[in-house]
Amino acid sequence: MSDLILDIQNITKSFPRVIANNKVTFGIKKNSVHAILGENGAGKSTFVKILYGLLEPDEGYIKYNDKFFKVSSPAEARKNGIGMVFQHFSLFESLSVRENLILGIDEAMSYSNLEKKLENISSQYNLPLDLDAPITSLSAGEKQRVEIVRILLQDPQILIMDEPTSVLTPQEVESLFVTLNALVKEGRTILYITHKLEEVISICDTVTIMRNGEVIDTSSTSNFTAKTLATKMLGQKLDDLKTNYDHIKEEYNFEVNNISCEFNDPFLTDLKNISFKVRVGEIYGIAGVAGNGQSELMDVLTGENIKISSGEIIFNKNKIQSLGPQKRRDLSIAFVPENRLGHSAVPELSLSENILLSQFPKNNFLKNGIILKNNIDDYANTVIKDFNVITPGNDAKASSLSGGNLQKYVIGREISSNPKMLIISHPTWGIDAGAEHSIRESLIELSQNGTSIIVISQDLDELIEITHKISVIYNGKLSNPFKTNEVEIEKIGLLMGGKDE
Amino acid sequence: MNNFLPIIVSRSQTSNIMNFFVPIIAIFLTLITGFIIFLLLGFDPFYALYTFFISPISSSYGISELLVKATPLALIAIGLAFCFKNNIYNIGAEGQLTMGAIFGGGIGILFHDTNTFWLLPVMIFAGAIGGAIWGLIPALLKTKFNTNEILTSLMLVYVALFILDFLVVGPWKDPNGFSFPKSRAFSDSGRMPLLFDGLRVHFGLIITIFLIFVSWFVFSKTMFGFQLKVSGFSPKAARYAGFNQTTLIFLAFGICGAFAGIAGLSEVSGPIGLLYRDISPNYGFTAIIVAFLGRLHPVGIIFASLIIALTYLGAEDAQLFLQIPSAVGFIFQGLVLFYLLGAELLINYKLSFKRT
Repeated sequence: MSDLILDIQNITKSFPRVIANNKVTFGIKKNSVHAILGENGAGKSTFVKILYGLLEPDEGYIKYNDKFFKVSSPAEARKNGIGMVFQHFSLFESLSVRENLILGIDEAMSYSNLEKKLENISSQYNLPLDLDAPITSLSAGEKQRVEIVRILLQDPQILIMDEPTSVLTPQEVESLFVTLNALVKEGRTILYITHKLEEVISICDTVTIMRNGEVIDTSSTSNFTAKTLATKMLGQKLDDLKTNYDHIKEEYNFEVNNISCEFNDPFLTDLKNISFKVRVGEIYGIAGVAGNGQSELMDVLTGENIKISSGEIIFNKNKIQSLGPQKRRDLSIAFVPENRLGHSAVPELSLSENILLSQFPKNNFLKNGIILKNNIDDYANTVIKDFNVITPGNDAKASSLSGGNLQKYVIGREISSNPKMLIISHPTWGIDAGAEHSIRESLIELSQNGTSIIVISQDLDELIEITHKISVIYNGKLSNPFKTNEVEIEKIGLLMGGKDE
Repeated sequence: MNNFLPIIVSRSQTSNIMNFFVPIIAIFLTLITGFIIFLLLGFDPFYALYTFFISPISSSYGISELLVKATPLALIAIGLAFCFKNNIYNIGAEGQLTMGAIFGGGIGILFHDTNTFWLLPVMIFAGAIGGAIWGLIPALLKTKFNTNEILTSLMLVYVALFILDFLVVGPWKDPNGFSFPKSRAFSDSGRMPLLFDGLRVHFGLIITIFLIFVSWFVFSKTMFGFQLKVSGFSPKAARYAGFNQTTLIFLAFGICGAFAGIAGLSEVSGPIGLLYRDISPNYGFTAIIVAFLGRLHPVGIIFASLIIALTYLGAEDAQLFLQIPSAVGFIFQGLVLFYLLGAELLINYKLSFKRT
């Protein structure tokens, strides 16, 4: 008998033109938190999908408690004691927490049993829940709790967590770690998929590092520092980023004056008297916990929503608050909304075709309404080359790219037009460290060339790393800006929690 | 409990090759089912299928009839593709066809004793306008009041049919027609020229081929086609790009209505030559099948229209030679659609049998 709950041997999975998992071999100890660390495209997701019954391996096998283990669907995996919390929640927004939990149950369970079970789980694992609250009213952290409780109802032996902290506030992360520790104490095993180095070191016992579909190393986390982990994960050294204020001009070229926006919709956050100014060459960060008006503000800034109640937006002396996105692009303002799939890119279309979604005056993509295929292909190839997008070619569908590569492509598409202004939301959400680094680098470079940038992000580390000024949005209100190199993190944290002074 | 229940599970990967073969598989399965149906009805299935699918097109007359039927189907279906690509479900092409026939036919009746070269072009133009107007009503309702276009476009079909009814028994009734519910015949210059002597295939075929080519060009080469595609795939991306959804809805409905209107006009000024109650054997509805069977692609739609047209002809021949009700034709159309949707489902999902 070994102390391994999962023994993975030579798992190989190929897709056309790429080997996603190449002879993946490692063991997971019972009753531990086991990290799989790697960039997007390293093969983490493919492996987890195989384990969870979403994909079938070409070769290799998995032993689960010393028995050969093969499932062909998530339902079967769950039945065998493997649960998974996905990075993207699959909850019904308009239903209550209770209703969502009931819907998630595979088997028949009496209602009173359910309530009792829920109570036990909530108290035992530090997962407080208001069962009657509609999902839409919950923060990302609370939604994740619902997901975790839903999985725990099935009493899994192994719990797979896919990038669980990407949408959480620092406080929520801590409370998640308490939960994970309680779960492990109970005798469960946690498979923790991440690209965040600190998390691996602070919470995981063992780490398997993957790169390009192969396992680089599996070892106790005590053998690593953040730096050695990063080197193993990336296989290359990262340059340090430095914020530089020298190139910023005195003059403001983007002003938002007293923008208010009422929606009369419980699903949306009203914007209240938002004002801020951005200098030429400045990166202006807007921090905040998700759901405090970021996407509503983004829509107003991009022109996707031009029905504002009051206020004005001025860019280079033009009032632009009532212009749609294309008219704003004509003034050389570029946008990258948060969601890659289906918003800033169409997954079903090729990379070349996706170029056409945002056109700038300098682009020569159309002649009398007819698409100049060669020109968009050239542009796509330039973006692919300049931004190191890993793809078989410009005819590949956007959906075939990993998150990080697609994000690099989308941002590259906007940057390549040399915009005077770039408005970007969550630039590195859910992507790997390598892509994250290169995106942040290109944003800094762009600002140094005189482009003003607004970055809306929940990732405070990111904002501190790249921005010159930070303000915080809370409940549709925007705080005063702070110079990033002078601000105290506690101050930002308080503002994010809705506490003034 | 040891029940085996089928569960539909989403496939992690879909096959492009299978995607291509969907229509072919659907047709193959339809033939097999037809074989069984004929067998159960007590006919020699080989002879029945031969009568249904081969004998109708074994003469030049048969081929011509096939084209006569396929012409309106293909023209309406390519128009519908403008809507369906944009995820607008215009179910009312039959009404738009009828309105096109009324507008264009109205001109024909007005100038029933005039023989001049410009009459037919004006009628075609009027037909397009009539169909487009009828298509723009659901577009207006959808964009102004957010109504469901499936309902409004469908209901407008019956309004159009009643208007036609009213006209041919009322104001437009042929004064020398012994009170039959039909209009005067159009003058010769108001008729679609025949392409071959003695065969009914007419100039509408040329118009259809031309418009299919234009549509292909629009879909694959122009920004407008790209906008339709993007709004269909993801409305949010279309909003991000700054495409005007309202304009796209109006254009798609307008183009679809105009195409259906031309189809209606070329029916009345082609094989029929006047207005009466039953100008279309549900071409507008059947074209929905054609559009999907052809995967909304111009080439696919051409083939699909020929196949579905064949079910019309086959049904007539089957009635004649086998004494089977011509409704069997609708059974075949239904089967094709059923298998098409079924095969499409099974490409994206699989059935798995699980112990519960």
